[in-house]
Amino acid sequence: MRSSATQSDLDNDFDHLDPSWIADPFPIWDEMRQNCPVAHTDKFNGVYFPTRYEDVRAIAYDTEHFSSRRLVVQVEPMDPPLIFPPITSDPPAHRAHRKLLLPLFTPDAIKRHEPHARAVCQELIGRLTGNQSCDGAADYARHIPVRIIAQMLGVPNQDADLFRRWIRELLELGITDPQMVAHATEEMCDYFAHAVDKRRKAPANDMITFLLRAEIDGQPLSNEHIVGTLRLLLIAGIDTTWSAIGACLWHLATHAQDRHRLVSARDLIPTAVEEFLRAYAPVTMAREVIKETKVGGCPVHPGQMVMLSFPAANRDPSVFEHADRVVIDRQNNGHVAFGLGIHRCIGSNLARMEIVVALQEWLAAFPQFELAPDAVVTWSMGTTRGPQQLPLRLG
Amino acid sequence: MRDKTRLFARIVGERCQGHARCVAIAPELFELDELGNAHARLHGLVPKGLEAKAWLAKANCPELALDILEQ
Ligand code: HEM
Ligand code: SF4
Repeated sequence: MRSSATQSDLDNDFDHLDPSWIADPFPIWDEMRQNCPVAHTDKFNGVYFPTRYEDVRAIAYDTEHFSSRRLVVQVEPMDPPLIFPPITSDPPAHRAHRKLLLPLFTPDAIKRHEPHARAVCQELIGRLTGNQSCDGAADYARHIPVRIIAQMLGVPNQDADLFRRWIRELLELGITDPQMVAHATEEMCDYFAHAVDKRRKAPANDMITFLLRAEIDGQPLSNEHIVGTLRLLLIAGIDTTWSAIGACLWHLATHAQDRHRLVSARDLIPTAVEEFLRAYAPVTMAREVIKETKVGGCPVHPGQMVMLSFPAANRDPSVFEHADRVVIDRQNNGHVAFGLGIHRCIGSNLARMEIVVALQEWLAAFPQFELAPDAVVTWSMGTTRGPQQLPLRLG
Repeated sequence: MRDKTRLFARIVGERCQGHARCVAIAPELFELDELGNAHARLHGLVPKGLEAKAWLAKANCPELALDILEQ
């Protein structure tokens, strides 16, 4: 439990950027779910934080009262908000924006990228072989999704450092620094506008070219739409998945029994990954209230934001037995780490493949790994939660 | 469950959002279309021996889009 805040602080003024929340949000959410299931803060122009599964679910399905046009809680929201179709699209336009992309992300389509993912993991591991220690986030997790999505989109993976900087500036530092957001956004727009121009002249077998040829109702997509979708795929495809891979490594580095079990029962890895996704779901989105309504009986007001904590929903004991325990062979696991309703994560099949491959390769190479002695583990804050720094002893 | 009971699996089309959990768990019973949304194979009939998989698929569908009927 936290000592720095009283109960009334949580009711009236929760603080999702508080260091105790960033380090270990789970007891805080449990307490909120019990005592104040729709918490509120006046900060950030007013934000609600529902922690019950049923409330999160109801909001995700209710596109009449909640809009996706603003998805991130920031001190100074952009006006007008930038578009990232389909994640910032509302019905009825959303459907067509999404449908376009779905065939590229089915399990069969994703299977074709598995050999590449495996080669990337093996290459990263190869660089670590012989070392006594490493950082599981900085030396491994962080490099995997960026290389896969860069190839799918058709941008050079040498630009990976640039992509990672943008993500950190947009999703973390930008929460409290609007100029950082504006600057990173401008750089991203220029970058993709340039990449699109290049493909117009020289088409290739990649998503940029795919989007240039795509049509909705017989019309090509606007440049703004194409660049917006590319920005989304880059951001959504990287930081989410490295956070998930990092959280899996953190769990296995700190729970030797689970690690032993996965080393000896490799077939259990996909089931365990679902449980890690439930327990350490990395992504918390938000919605803007656009019509007066109630959440779990609490009135919510237009113009304010509602955080859509899929991670807190996944820890609701009324839906998940022993919700606070990580049970790597959990059988009934309808977790909502990838969201619910019309915005269900398009990349879920890709993310699952990357996480499973990353763990398979890692455990085969370092079956004895554990947290380094005296390790200081730090976690990212805001939209995605995952280890930023994860010192490991490779064994 | 009576011995003669037969199970039928049904995907409620408008609820399915393509999480693909059902197909991962019971590929014998479900398949995905080109958009990644699920459909029951065999007109929904769950062959003997696959009942447990059908129930497991239902329990793992985040959208609660999977119904199982006992007939
Ligand atoms: C473990 C990794 C990931 C997690 C936990 C995750 C989580 C989510 C969540 C919760 C949403 C719903 C957002 C909302 O309701 O507002 C979402 C949407 C989305 N995700 Fe992911 N994601 C992951 C990886 C990926 C990857 C690898 C991609 C691929 C490029 C991706 C692309 C998208 C897109 C395009 C959407 C928007 C879908 C729509 O609005 O229709 N995600 N993701
Ligand atoms: S698990 Fe549910 S939502 Fe996912 S494909 Fe199957 S029926 Fe559809």
